Amino acid sequence: MKNRLRALYHSLKEQGLSPEQDRMIRHELDLLDLDDEHRCIIRPSTRSLYAYNDPEMLHSASPPHLLALNSVQSLDYLLERDKQREKDGFPRKIRIGKMVKPSQDGDDKVVIVPTTVEEKLLHDQVRVNEEGEGGGDGQGGQGGAGEGEEGEVIGEQPVRPEPGQGQGGAGQGDGGGHDVESNAYDLGRILTEQFELPNLKDKGKKRSLTKYTYDLTDKNRGFGQILDKKATLRRIIQTNIALQRIKGQGTVDSRKLLISPKDKVYRILSKEKDYESQAVVFFVRDYSGSMGGKPTELVVNQHVLIYSWLIYQYKNQVITRFILHDTEAKEVDNFQTYYNSSVAGGTQVSSAYALVNKIVEDETLERDNNIYVFHGTDGDDWDTKGEKAIPELKKMLAYASRVGITIAENGYGISGQTEVEKYIRRSGLLEEKQALLRLDVISKDTTESRLIKGIRELIS
Amino acid sequence: MELVSQHAKKIMEGCKERARDAGLRFQDQSLEYIVTNRDFLQLSPKNMIPTLYDYWVQDVEVLKEQGQYELYPNNPYETVINTRPAISFYNDNNPDWLNVMIFYHVIGHIDFFQNNLFFANTWNYDFAGKALADKRIIAKLRSEKGRWVDYIIEFARSIDNLVGYFDLLSSLSENGKKLTMTDYYFDVFLQEKEKKSIAAYVTEIEHYNKLLREFPKDGEERFVEYVKKKHAEFESLFERAAKEQNKGGKRDLLQFLMENSKFLGREENKWMLTVIEVVRATSLYFQPQIRTKILNEGWASYWHDNLFLRDDRIRGHEVDYAVINAKVTSMPRVGLNPYALGMRLFSFLEDQAEKGKMTFDYRRISDHHERKLYNENTDRGKEFIFSVRENFCDSMFINAFIDQEFVDMHRLFVVDRRLNKERMTWEYYVRSRKAEQYKAMVADSLYHPPSITVTIDDDNALVINHVFEGKPLYRDYIEGALMGIEFLWGGKACLYTSEPEPVKKDPNQTDKEEQPPREIKWRRIRYTMKDKKMTRVQV
Repeated sequence: MKNRLRALYHSLKEQGLSPEQDRMIRHELDLLDLDDEHRCIIRPSTRSLYAYNDPEMLHSASPPHLLALNSVQSLDYLLERDKQREKDGFPRKIRIGKMVKPSQDGDDKVVIVPTTVEEKLLHDQVRVNEEGEGGGDGQGGQGGAGEGEEGEVIGEQPVRPEPGQGQGGAGQGDGGGHDVESNAYDLGRILTEQFELPNLKDKGKKRSLTKYTYDLTDKNRGFGQILDKKATLRRIIQTNIALQRIKGQGTVDSRKLLISPKDKVYRILSKEKDYESQAVVFFVRDYSGSMGGKPTELVVNQHVLIYSWLIYQYKNQVITRFILHDTEAKEVDNFQTYYNSSVAGGTQVSSAYALVNKIVEDETLERDNNIYVFHGTDGDDWDTKGEKAIPELKKMLAYASRVGITIAENGYGISGQTEVEKYIRRSGLLEEKQALLRLDVISKDTTESRLIKGIRELIS
Repeated sequence: MELVSQHAKKIMEGCKERARDAGLRFQDQSLEYIVTNRDFLQLSPKNMIPTLYDYWVQDVEVLKEQGQYELYPNNPYETVINTRPAISFYNDNNPDWLNVMIFYHVIGHIDFFQNNLFFANTWNYDFAGKALADKRIIAKLRSEKGRWVDYIIEFARSIDNLVGYFDLLSSLSENGKKLTMTDYYFDVFLQEKEKKSIAAYVTEIEHYNKLLREFPKDGEERFVEYVKKKHAEFESLFERAAKEQNKGGKRDLLQFLMENSKFLGREENKWMLTVIEVVRATSLYFQPQIRTKILNEGWASYWHDNLFLRDDRIRGHEVDYAVINAKVTSMPRVGLNPYALGMRLFSFLEDQAEKGKMTFDYRRISDHHERKLYNENTDRGKEFIFSVRENFCDSMFINAFIDQEFVDMHRLFVVDRRLNKERMTWEYYVRSRKAEQYKAMVADSLYHPPSITVTIDDDNALVINHVFEGKPLYRDYIEGALMGIEFLWGGKACLYTSEPEPVKKDPNQTDKEEQPPREIKWRRIRYTMKDKKMTRVQV
């Protein structure tokens, strides 16, 4: 894959790149190099003085690691309070936290818990450079003990979080889906009700949203289409127990059982309401090298929120499709994989748009569905002028109900100067198709409330 | 929660006897409870005090951001609480030998709580009982005032780390002693205002002693007259200082607000004072605990290790014990384990004092071999560590006793990290093995709330001056805290603090390049909170 990317890089270079773009691309290529050859010595686990406590040390018990989930008051109650706070003139304090609950077999689950902070006047570390690391500035540091000369390296940690460490890491998606689903509806309701995200407008679709199917699901005693033997036998035994023909002990002679006509249970054909899904949502995420860390977290967080909101809006009748892209796009089957997949290669936005268009076309999705596309990226694109991306985007806008693009700036470049932002603004699509296309640019230190505001921007 | 079985209690009483024989001193009664994980969940947000007042934040998962402990160290999950009688918590499936070990540890803590002078403010009452009364008051107020009680708790808690703990301690020890002119002259005036050299200082003392000798009746007065004559401004300075002292508690923001806020003084708001006082008293109660983490855990570990191995009743469990003990008291490769560090320091000090190494004579020796062999057999090791447990807190402990010998003995070092650009990793490396640096590193990681002074300006705005100690405030929290202060003050509130000048990045420079360490430029910033709007200006 590396060679292919290098080839792509060279062909792009021949077409002409600005030094800035060149640097960006090479940066991503460099990051790619690391994944193959790079293995760390160890990552030292570091704990602060005050993180040690008696129960953990002495009882070898786990209480400090328990989540306070079962003592949490009902979410509604807490949010009701929080809303009241706003009315009383104080800012909201509850955050809808999404916690990645690590489980032992490695498939971390997303659990939604209310969180908060107690704000106090506290001393902070002196942050000299932007990353806030005390690297080599002669301050801070940590304690250590054992072998090692001064200057000797005793451990290392990748700058970008490694798969499986903390949020946004890779993990097996199986079995984790349930937690997201069951909480997502609630979260959607909360977002709609408490954070006053707009309700979707009724599009007045021509087709009925429900249809009836006929199925042998109802039961009827006495007559019907198909005899349900197991249920019938059960009733016969009940009857005979009541008549005292079956006693506690001894074998039962089935020939001597009495059968009442009412004991026969049949299945009969019945009308069932079948809901059709109303919306197909494509979540598209850039997982290229430059997305490592904060941008990924932000994009994924925002997508969790949008996903939840849509699930609530469509009363669970949403089909979601998840697409990841670097220079190539691929579809993944569940949110878990989408959420957890780790970063790779370079960036070509057009590949993802093309894949969405292809799926829609192949499955003729646009005929029966509202289609939403949400794309999260850090704004880097090797296709710097959007020559391929813009035509695909135009094609997409022809059928989509809404395309929302979130650019989470990774902080490497200048704010408001990312490739994607530039070419989308230049294309004039934002004005031309104002009802369909939305763009939200967020910086890498964006808060939850800003994310929710961003969603309002993307969907209203 | 239920009490431990009679069987376990009997074992624990045996532990108490042995601990007393070893020299520990503590109250007779203690309560031991069996707790389940569910109990733990309910107790931990309440700092393990079962009767602490209710507050909704205790029901929410408080965000455990990375670096939470650096920012906001707290005292959660102690296994024993400083109440009368002391209460400790156990799992229900502990084997006897483990209970013995834990109980020795607990006894170490209880002894520390009841003898260390920094806990003096908690000695005269039972906090569990007081907390229960407070909890009832707050529940009653909540039934009358509803959610506003929670707002007051929230705002009071947002500044409850700025209580005047040391003012309280000094008021306990001084018994309201007034500042005399002589004290002021020698302790403050000469040292701070005049900045006299040591020789000049000694001359003054000699003059004072001479006057006392010559005029036993009125030597003091004569000396004061002499001082007044020599320094014309002395009297007015002294009066100002005396006034300052009488006011007292100026550094205690909560107390200041309770005394001076017109808003809180209004008849309809009087109930808020009760709530604030509850929060303040609770915070004061916890202050000594967080300032003695290393000492307290070190002391308890020292004693559980000492007493357990001596206990004849647990023969045969030495190996089980060793496994748990090793986990508790081993020095991590990277990190600071207060149990391990504290215990090692106590053992080290005992040994040093035993050999008479805490003396000037020993320090004068520069020959390494001679130092090693030095042994006076003073038999005063225990006595020395008992005096340390009585008189020290963490910062004093660290600053006084970590020396090169200790650092070398346990092969301690300071770890730092740097960026390796080729590998794109943070490298952790041994930065220093010098005692000075190690000491500075430990001192830097100790709990240290901002020091402030509070005044009212002509505009009737509350002015909080953050005394600069080389660290900025955590910016994200300033707005929330100031909003609470503004509410409690009932008007404009200002905060002066220092922030480092942001380093502008050269846009052409590639990221994360190793840069030479630079001088930090500090500038003074004023935050103003008015009508819930915050403004920030450089002054």
